[in-house]
Amino acid sequence: METYTLTVNGEQKRVTVDPGSPLLWVLREDLKLTGTKYGCGIAACGACTVHVGGVATRACVLPVSLVGDRPIVTIEAVANDAVGRVVQDAWVSEDVVQCGYCQSGQIMTAVALLKSTRRPTDADIEQSMGGNLCRCGTYVRIRAAIKTASRHLAGGVR
Amino acid sequence: MKTLQSVAVVALLVSAVSRMATIQGAERPQLPAPASSQARRAEGLEAWGRVYSVLTHPRCINCHTATNYPQQGDDRHRHQFNVVRGREDRGVAAFTCATCHQGSNADSTGVPGAHNWQLAPLSMRWQDQNDRILPSSEVCKAVTDQSRNHHLDGPGLLKHHEDEALVRWAFQPGRRSDGTERSLPPLTHEQFVAATRTWVEAGSPCPPR
Repeated sequence: METYTLTVNGEQKRVTVDPGSPLLWVLREDLKLTGTKYGCGIAACGACTVHVGGVATRACVLPVSLVGDRPIVTIEAVANDAVGRVVQDAWVSEDVVQCGYCQSGQIMTAVALLKSTRRPTDADIEQSMGGNLCRCGTYVRIRAAIKTASRHLAGGVR
Repeated sequence: MKTLQSVAVVALLVSAVSRMATIQGAERPQLPAPASSQARRAEGLEAWGRVYSVLTHPRCINCHTATNYPQQGDDRHRHQFNVVRGREDRGVAAFTCATCHQGSNADSTGVPGAHNWQLAPLSMRWQDQNDRILPSSEVCKAVTDQSRNHHLDGPGLLKHHEDEALVRWAFQPGRRSDGTERSLPPLTHEQFVAATRTWVEAGSPCPPR
């Protein structure tokens, strides 16, 4: 076991865990941040996506020992970010969610996409969101929400 | 007498010019290289063969594709999860290589990693569009073409093989998610660098097509 100090959603958190533990388990089991979901455990579905150092990252395959001092942002705090707030509002206005299990990962990936590409094309959306699976098939509404958020962001949100 | 001398001089000149034209033309005879030079080239080509055996191992060639995706595994299958190359060979905006690959191997979860994990640029593709590995002569041509290889000359190539993190990763590729070790190239890193040095010192010869 090793002790790590992680910066999670702007707060310093000390955890004593196995170095090989995936960040996902540290978030859910040790820090009780259960908004980030376990889907496949092999980075195939995107349900566990969080931001690490500003990069959309699969928490299920990231050993906590490799996080270092990079700040972590999870779904619980994404609304504190201007782009994150706009994306969540768009998710509500477009009524994206069905069962909801994959949606925290979908939103984290969409926020990362819009932070780097303010006016994504359909191809940009398909490629960036292509690793996030939704068994309810909400893809059409996800695309609509990203475009809605993009329009709002083009209106001046930074 | 003077006329005869002039004719002789002209004849000699014509003969010399004619020989030069033949030498400069398509029928130029191949002058035998000095034995040491031939031996050196042969040694260089033999060393290149060993370098090529590494470059075409899955640990290296899986990221030297001609397509818009990397490959995985010893069977060189298309990378799972709809991973795509992207404009800068690092994936796309919110789905980059760094979404999963870190600065070092994640052995507890089976994800390989090294500093600056990315695909090789398309100019360094060592496969065709059908994922078939290019022949030795074509890979050699790509590797030695400074308009395609980031302007690396012989010493630059040697340094690249010695120091580049992604090259070094191929010789320490870590564990798969089932805990087993990934397969290694046919040479050790030291042997690979030594073969590259021999090849470079021989003038980086490439095999004929």
